[in-house]
Amino acid sequence: MTEDANNLTCAEFQAQLPELIGSGDRIAEHPHIKSCELCRALLADLETIAEAARQLFPIVEPPDKLWDQIESAIKKEEDASDHG
Amino acid sequence: MPRSRSQTQLPDVRRPLPAEERAAQAPELSAAACAHIVLPNASEAEVLVRAQAGDHHAFAQLYSLHKRRIYSLCLRMVGNIAGAEDLTQEAFLQLHRKIATFRGDSAFSTWLHRLTINVVLMHLRKKGLSLISLDEAMDPAAEDRPGRDFGARDLSLSGAIDRMTLARAIDDLPTGYRLIFVLHDIEGYEHNEIAQMLDCSIGNSKSQLHKARLKLRDALRSSSPQEGRR
Repeated sequence: MTEDANNLTCAEFQAQLPELIGSGDRIAEHPHIKSCELCRALLADLETIAEAARQLFPIVEPPDKLWDQIESAIKKEEDASDHG
Repeated sequence: MPRSRSQTQLPDVRRPLPAEERAAQAPELSAAACAHIVLPNASEAEVLVRAQAGDHHAFAQLYSLHKRRIYSLCLRMVGNIAGAEDLTQEAFLQLHRKIATFRGDSAFSTWLHRLTINVVLMHLRKKGLSLISLDEAMDPAAEDRPGRDFGARDLSLSGAIDRMTLARAIDDLPTGYRLIFVLHDIEGYEHNEIAQMLDCSIGNSKSQLHKARLKLRDALRSSSPQEGRR
């Protein structure tokens, strides 16, 4: 990082954001975040979305017919293998 | 390693059979198959060993144990029911072909999870989707506005996320964005693992994830009642 972290514009900071988030560093301590309400709100939104998504998807039961299809496909493969 | 095959019908794993039905079906099973019938309280490790030896009943039991997680994973990755059904079927067919090669270096569920992800990725590649670059090419405008958040005057979404809206927004993400978002934020894979799976750089994975989250934020904000009043 060549820019002075204290003097980043929002554009410069947001360009670095994927790397900062992916690094696992404490972004909340970043000088730009401490001084910029908009980027702070952006970061909070992204964290909220990630957290909400983790809780979003229930485990779903597949339809009953799926096993019939799998069973049939397996038998077909085995028959082909037996005759090949 | 060739596996021995019994010629019995694969058992119906959708519901437990009443005792009288089980008894009625029993004469149809060969002696060899009866020797391999999986006990209801057999551990997964025992079931796995039997399935690896070609026991169809054990394989059916593995399906029963893992079908929900695998189907749900496919559903999250492709975002539609028909696709999820096809890919779940393909994942279990692959499992049937490869189960003898499982050596226990990782947990079976982890191995199956990874096998399924590979099946989905292979399917998407066959459809001609470049998993990383295509979305950017399709939506260049999104990448040309790095400062689009500057003018955002509304405050955080915290506490205001509607689950249905978020689920719909994830489903609506372009394929590459959705894959990385699901793999990282929902399935918990690290960027280095995703980069390996998708054959891209770690930086690219981080960048795509960030763009996916920005797209979701845009979708959530544009659908919020507050935004509508502005």
